[in-house]
Amino acid sequence: MTRLAIPKTYKLYIGGKFPRSESGRVYEILAKKGDFLANAAKASRKDAREAVVAARAAVGGWAGATAYNRGQVLYRIAELLEGRRAQFVDEIVQTEGVSVAAASAQVDEAIDRWVWYAGWADKYVQVAGNANPVSGPFFNISVPEPTGIVAIVAPQAGGSLLGLVSVVAPALVAGNTVVVIANETMPLSAISLSEVLATSDVPGGVVNILTGSPAEIAPWLASHADVNALDLVGAGAIDWVDLQIAAAETLKRVLPPENGPDAATPSIDRIVAFTETKTVWHTKGLI
Amino acid sequence: MNFLDYAPAPESQAILNLRSDYGLFIDGEFVAGRGTPFQTINPATEKQIAMIANANAADVDAAVAAARRAYTGAWSRLSGSDRGKYLFRIARLVQERARELAVAESLDNGKPIKESRDVDVPLVAAWFFYYAGWADKLDHAGLGPNPASLGVAAQVIPWNFPLLMLAWKIAPALAAGNTVVLKPAETTSLTALLFAEILQQADLPPGVVNIITGAGDTGQALVNHPDVNKVAFTGSTAVGRAIARSVAGTDKKLTLELGGKAANIVFDDAPIDQAIEGVVNGIFFNQGHVCCAGSRLLVQESIHDEVIDRLKDRISTLRLGDPLDKNTDIGAINSADQLRRITELTAMGEQEGAERWSADCAIPENGFWFAPTIFTNVSTSHRIARDEIFGPVLSVLTFRTPAEAIAKANNTPYGLSAGIWSDKGSRILAVADKLRAGVIWANTFNRFDPASPFGGYKESGYGREGGRPGLAAYLKPAPYLKPAPSRPRSGTAPAASATPAAPAAPAAPAVSARKKAAK
Amino acid sequence: MTSSQLAARLAPRDRTLALLGGEATDANLRRYLHGIPGIDAVGLEQRAADLGSRSIKTTSKKLALDTTIGLIDLTTLEGADTRGKVRSLVGKALTPDAGDPDCPRVAAVCVYGDMVPHAVEALGSAHAAGTGNGIAVAAVATAFPSGRASLAVKLADTADAVAAGADEIDMVIDRGAFLSGHYGRVFDEIVAVKEACRRQDGSHAHLKVILETGELNTYDNVRRASWLAILAGGDFIKTSTGKVAPAATLPVTLSMLEVVRDWHRLTGEKIGVKPAGGIRTSKDAIKYLVTVAETVGEEWLQPHLFRFGASSLLNDVLLQRQKMTTGHYSGPDYVTID
Repeated sequence: MTRLAIPKTYKLYIGGKFPRSESGRVYEILAKKGDFLANAAKASRKDAREAVVAARAAVGGWAGATAYNRGQVLYRIAELLEGRRAQFVDEIVQTEGVSVAAASAQVDEAIDRWVWYAGWADKYVQVAGNANPVSGPFFNISVPEPTGIVAIVAPQAGGSLLGLVSVVAPALVAGNTVVVIANETMPLSAISLSEVLATSDVPGGVVNILTGSPAEIAPWLASHADVNALDLVGAGAIDWVDLQIAAAETLKRVLPPENGPDAATPSIDRIVAFTETKTVWHTKGLI
Repeated sequence: MNFLDYAPAPESQAILNLRSDYGLFIDGEFVAGRGTPFQTINPATEKQIAMIANANAADVDAAVAAARRAYTGAWSRLSGSDRGKYLFRIARLVQERARELAVAESLDNGKPIKESRDVDVPLVAAWFFYYAGWADKLDHAGLGPNPASLGVAAQVIPWNFPLLMLAWKIAPALAAGNTVVLKPAETTSLTALLFAEILQQADLPPGVVNIITGAGDTGQALVNHPDVNKVAFTGSTAVGRAIARSVAGTDKKLTLELGGKAANIVFDDAPIDQAIEGVVNGIFFNQGHVCCAGSRLLVQESIHDEVIDRLKDRISTLRLGDPLDKNTDIGAINSADQLRRITELTAMGEQEGAERWSADCAIPENGFWFAPTIFTNVSTSHRIARDEIFGPVLSVLTFRTPAEAIAKANNTPYGLSAGIWSDKGSRILAVADKLRAGVIWANTFNRFDPASPFGGYKESGYGREGGRPGLAAYLKPAPYLKPAPSRPRSGTAPAASATPAAPAAPAAPAVSARKKAAK
Repeated sequence: MTSSQLAARLAPRDRTLALLGGEATDANLRRYLHGIPGIDAVGLEQRAADLGSRSIKTTSKKLALDTTIGLIDLTTLEGADTRGKVRSLVGKALTPDAGDPDCPRVAAVCVYGDMVPHAVEALGSAHAAGTGNGIAVAAVATAFPSGRASLAVKLADTADAVAAGADEIDMVIDRGAFLSGHYGRVFDEIVAVKEACRRQDGSHAHLKVILETGELNTYDNVRRASWLAILAGGDFIKTSTGKVAPAATLPVTLSMLEVVRDWHRLTGEKIGVKPAGGIRTSKDAIKYLVTVAETVGEEWLQPHLFRFGASSLLNDVLLQRQKMTTGHYSGPDYVTID
């Protein structure tokens, strides 16, 4: 006789905790073949609001951590991912319906990508910043600083883990905090990643993961005055122009949707996209 | 006779050779506009200087088409070094005609001649010199080798630094290989049109820069034109917001330099005489018509009274009057509209209970003027502490600790600039770290340099002008080519062909490093 | 009672002690002088440059040139000075422009102490002799220019010059003592020299305290030395001996004027300022006038509150003055050499 399985109902990841949706709603996560896998929380606008509050509370600590420390914390996530590699492969095989080899390749690439971005934490400032030779007795330096809170619509196509890592990691490198709407139909990787994050050294609130409908939640994030930037990389299938228009109200920095296998290609540009160049002048006087 | 009643020292207007009417500058020629022409006046006298053509939608079409033709037919085919040479030529011509440009600027804008002569015009030349040198060095702009220009840039600039904002826009755009359609502000078109003459003198290929004049609807037609690839705007946050909405969903790259409400933070250990100068310069430079003006003075409570006394003494020595007089410190407000806005906001400041002090200076009979004004007893909730006044009006608030200063300074939707005055280096650096503003001046204020990036956080806009980021704002990475693994990876082809759309020959190693480093 | 009221109501010495909160010891002076806000060099120099860019034309320029002449301490300070040289200098002081009897006279002649009798003699009835009318005789003293001598020698130097008829004493501070933090020694020396300026009838020769700003080097030092000199009773603060480069500069003078302005705010007392050395052209002199007028006020443009220590400046002003009178450029043969 086979053992009776325990059907899982997953929750949101907000402020380092795992709350249910305040709406009480859930939706079914189905395997590629259509079988029921688990229930996911269906986030509401109020959950999005709570996530922004948590993300704002976390900005100071995360942006204020040393770059070396951020790099270490991000690398630690890669270590944990590596340890739970089998789980991620299994979930990808089920939700995406790909082969074990393909799923393994995706997980490996996601881990490597995380490592790659972790290594940028204490370097991107050197590459993107400048000492400026102004004509006068002034010290003048430009450095990129985190924009603040980045709201992200994760890629909605296959590659549910790699897509998520490819957009969350670069936003974290500079010290931004993130509210990310996971892949709607294939949220298991995101949910498992939240469990990884919760046991890692990433402070609560630095990454907030919402499962549910991007079409429903994204407009609230796009128009939220306390969100500083919007990554629409996975919003190609919804009314993303309206989101961009909503984001214009508070002049959010916006990255447009990307499609295809090259979406969110790893690049320092993705890090710098969510930074602000701050230029500091100071007088130089000998006497 | 008192020595301090300096005899008038007006800069001569004889150097000007103005026309009575100006057309639109399209495809290298001045042409008539199809809209109803409007007059540009001297805000110090309200007298007409010239009639200016008004570009309607068809004119905008013509200008964008000319820019497109020049982009594909000439400018994008030119080598970087040749583009640079044109920019060097322009820089030299600006220097040669510096006096004339300064006089025209003060005449049309109302700013003191000493500012147009010593700040605006020298910076215009410096901006062209700086970006001229970049034109053949784009590989080092930070976008990897062989970056591509964007195409046609639509640029809309404000009236506070007419020629300088033109330089900030045009110099990097051309260096990067784009062509330009620029619209100056309605009240300050004159120097842009003189600049068009300089372009003719420089023999710049027709259509590379087109200057169309008109009001807001002209600008709107320009930024919404489907054939522009880049929009760069400096002006109010309200208009910037509208532009951000209108380019949503398009491929247009956007740079916005918008409003500000900068805090100038004076600590009790500040070098006090320089701080007073910096506060005065911060808010009264250019009549306070400066997006990065230090319009909020945050002064440590322990020195508040002394600072206010000294400020009032110093402000009382400012000379308000004829912008063309070389001793004028405060010129004319640029327009009746702006004067009305300043007047309304200051009236509101009084209504809300702030205490007003204005310098006791004689106000000329004609023209638009506003005496330098300080508000004390201002709280963070007052409109004069939140709204950009864009005039010679300073709101004074106090703080007790560095943390409070930072919190108050950041308590605004804007984030363009800030000032810090202290003798303690460690505190300056720590405060600078925590201020959410794009430009921080420590023990100085209102410094500008082409090598120094300028631009805001939050609702002060996005993108940077000046320096390397200012160049990158007009470029995109070379088209991404999936590197074929079998190919030899050490490319022998020269990387520096500046032809914009040219496919990067064998993917250079740096491309693969940038694009596939996670592999 | 606020500190400023306190300061204004007390006699000078008591006032200084009240401000210092004790005797003028190194420690008390250090605490006071180092409590004064610092100077940012770039900002100071920028402000000076801005003031220097005022455009003084036509009637204002004429007024400025005449004012400048009336503020000059016409100076000769050479090892080769003789009675003849001093008489010649006095002649120039009395009649700056032989072709223009309306040309104003200079404020003073400035000479070494042993030349004072010759200057007094040459001036004759034109000697101000403490009256405020006529031309004053200023003597450099206290082992000028280095100041490296014992206090006794410096006091004797001073007393000699006063006894010989000097109206004004230009003393040098002990820069070595200042730079090594012995503010009390510098203070005491100024107090002692001021005492040596006392005449038999109880009046004082005016005391100008030369800071030798080129040796103090930093603006913060100049500001502290200025306060120190004023606290100790100096009537004037003076930039330089003229023997050390850099001598007077506009930013240094501006910083000293700011101290004078602040002292006036604090006590109501007006202290004079004398930039000396390196001011050779009318154009430069006018920059100083602008700086004085816009920093401490126009009232300071009088000989008892402002002087130029200069020699060649006078002829340049005269050439400019002739140009304004005649409408054409003049030449060096049309002004006299002294």
